[in-house]
Amino acid sequence: MAETVPLQIVRRVALVGNPNVGKTTVFNLLTGMRQKVGNYPGVTVERKVGRLAGEPPVDIIDLPGTYSLSPKSADERIAYDVLMGHLEGETSPDLVVCVVDASNLERNLYLVSQVMDTGLPCLVALNMTDAAEEAGLHVDVAKLEQELGVPVLPLVASRNEGIGKLKYRMRQESLPEPARPRWDIMPVVEEGLPFLTDHLDGILPEHGRRIEVLQCLTNDAMLDHWARRLPAFHAAILAERERLEGLRAPYQQAEIMGRYNWISPVVARVVQRSKADTELTVSDRIDAVLTHRFAGPVLFALLLLLIFQAVFTWATPAMDWIEAGVVSLGDVVRGAAPSGMLTDLLVDGVIAGVGNVAVFLPQILLLFFFLGLMEDTGYMARSAFIMDRIMSKVGLSGGSVVPLLSSFACAIPGIMAARTLANPRDRLITIMVAPLMSCSARLPVYTLFIAAFLPTGTILGILTWQGVAMFSMYLLGTVMAFVAAFVLRRFVFNKGDSSFFAMELPPYRMPRFRQILWRMVDRSKAFVVRAGKIIFGMSIILWVAATFPRAELTPELAQEARILEVRKAERVEGLKATGMSTEEAALLIDEQFAEEDTALDARIASFRIERSVIGWMGHALEPVMRPLGFDWKISAGIISAFAAREVIISALATLYSVGDADEDSPLLREQLKADTYEDGSPVYTPLVAVSLLVFFVLALQCMSTLAIARRETNSWKWPAVMWLYMTGLAYLFSLVIYQGGQALGWG
Amino acid sequence: MTLIELKPGQRSRIVGWTSAAPPARLLEMGMLPGAEVELIRFAPLGDPIDIKVRGFHLSIRKSEAQLVEIEST
Repeated sequence: MAETVPLQIVRRVALVGNPNVGKTTVFNLLTGMRQKVGNYPGVTVERKVGRLAGEPPVDIIDLPGTYSLSPKSADERIAYDVLMGHLEGETSPDLVVCVVDASNLERNLYLVSQVMDTGLPCLVALNMTDAAEEAGLHVDVAKLEQELGVPVLPLVASRNEGIGKLKYRMRQESLPEPARPRWDIMPVVEEGLPFLTDHLDGILPEHGRRIEVLQCLTNDAMLDHWARRLPAFHAAILAERERLEGLRAPYQQAEIMGRYNWISPVVARVVQRSKADTELTVSDRIDAVLTHRFAGPVLFALLLLLIFQAVFTWATPAMDWIEAGVVSLGDVVRGAAPSGMLTDLLVDGVIAGVGNVAVFLPQILLLFFFLGLMEDTGYMARSAFIMDRIMSKVGLSGGSVVPLLSSFACAIPGIMAARTLANPRDRLITIMVAPLMSCSARLPVYTLFIAAFLPTGTILGILTWQGVAMFSMYLLGTVMAFVAAFVLRRFVFNKGDSSFFAMELPPYRMPRFRQILWRMVDRSKAFVVRAGKIIFGMSIILWVAATFPRAELTPELAQEARILEVRKAERVEGLKATGMSTEEAALLIDEQFAEEDTALDARIASFRIERSVIGWMGHALEPVMRPLGFDWKISAGIISAFAAREVIISALATLYSVGDADEDSPLLREQLKADTYEDGSPVYTPLVAVSLLVFFVLALQCMSTLAIARRETNSWKWPAVMWLYMTGLAYLFSLVIYQGGQALGWG
Repeated sequence: MTLIELKPGQRSRIVGWTSAAPPARLLEMGMLPGAEVELIRFAPLGDPIDIKVRGFHLSIRKSEAQLVEIEST
């Protein structure tokens, strides 16, 4: 007989709080690495759940940082729904912990008062008490407890103070008494409430009725779903709105004013000031420099320069190691495994494919480190403050600057950084245009074609043509990103409420490197896993497409291969006659014939790829691409670059039978220059090269970007639109450039 | 007068909003009649502005600041 084990119900605690109050720090301290990060169904709000280890275990839900529970954004909606138990399959949490910034009590208590209205047991974690004392603010904890009627625990999360007590309170068997609303709404609104809450009798638990009614009264989005669920309630709310409007009662603001009318006196009673409010804090002094009219933009530009320098220079050695590591791993596998299809797939498909992702990891780690540093210190908000004027002209906001600049390294961290934008429309537009910024995967392609086909002379004695060409590529991408943003804002996202901008400028804080490294690893993991999976799959598909069907060699080619083998065998025999062992002789001859071997292998590879699916697709696509000046080989290269741009170089190397090559390979450059059509005209002219370069600036050839855009927008619609408009732009621009150039006789 | 007419360093008190439907977010952040505001500075390019309200710094655009009526100083 099995013993009956009592079913253990794990207590669920929700963390709520304003942005910039250290809520994530508290969450990390409580749960350590025992976190699960995902998305809430149907929205792009991150769902973070962690486990407080020990007995009894407690599940902690980290709700998005919000200023309010009244649902205007997806974040607020989720926070409200989680607390009210509105999400399917989830009940209200057993306890709500409100993380509050002690140095900013008044605004923070607004959210607390809303949480208290839910009637759930709650406690206040009064964080940053050290910063408050520094600013001359002393909070009387006992008095605050008394005023709120909920337990208050002082914390300094950045120094791990008070966390032990918080853990203890979360585990304690007896929960605090359910909180009760302590504020009053203006009488004219109050008198209508009982009648409205009665409608929800038996539909919502008692504690949730009043706040739901207040939400519906002022928020159409909240009211709408009752239209079908409970038409009588829907009608009653509309009638009440009409009554209040008839009385000219400012009921829209009544709730907010009622809460602050309660909060302000409470704060006055519990907070003692030892410094005048007008005294400048350290943070104010820093701001006087960092947002100074002249120094501010200059320092911001210098910081960006430093980040670029780091991402493009400091990351290079690490990238070289990874590249070398991937190559030698491939060699080891090839040496150890029996030669054949499976090994080819493993080395050329899987290892090379994963290497393509891994090689960007150093840049991405560095970029995330700097982004984390900017966020953690509070400088991110200042960069938005400085840049907002320029960005708002094209329909973006100041917050888009950092995501867009990050995209110069890689669109993936750029798209992920757009999470810092509070306005969903700004965020979506930023995501949609970020891949137009020239990422580092385009750089090898630019390098190869510019070095091979553009003149080497100088302009005005200092600038080289090639340098100007390189700069133009970056400029074109950036300008197109702004144009695309403008068009999207003007013609696609032109509905809805007029965009407004309300951004807190949090006090500067010393960066906490543990937190920054934590977040850096967290975000990079998301990149590696998401992008890795896609690239892994695509690499295998591309390898198969480039390998099958496996064409029979022509009699001539087969003959050549046989002759080479015979010649080598003869030489081996000759050496053996001088007394050398078979193995030694074979090794020596292989060395001597290495060049001929490679050359023949490359020609066979080129022969086969032309007859493979990729080759066939290149031929099939050629009629469409010819107006841009591209032949079937370039077309095949573009197809293989669909997974990742830089793949075009190895694809072209194979097609031109160059063996292994990178963007600096002189051999590949020469082969490209020498290639001609059947009539003898060269395949690549400078005009073709420019057309191809522009194509690569504008086209979206990156599976990982599509995958991350799908994750961040939670639909395939926006990645599809993104791919179509960018590829359309690329085709159009290349077409105009090639056809226009030819008409002007530059062919 | 409106909030936009303050000079950097000047303080005043909010009287009301010139718009019938002021942005709810700003109200929730405490920009209600009676609250004290100080204009700290303009962004380097003149817009947005940095204001101090209820003890914290908030950045809003001039177009929003224009909607906030304040006591004349």
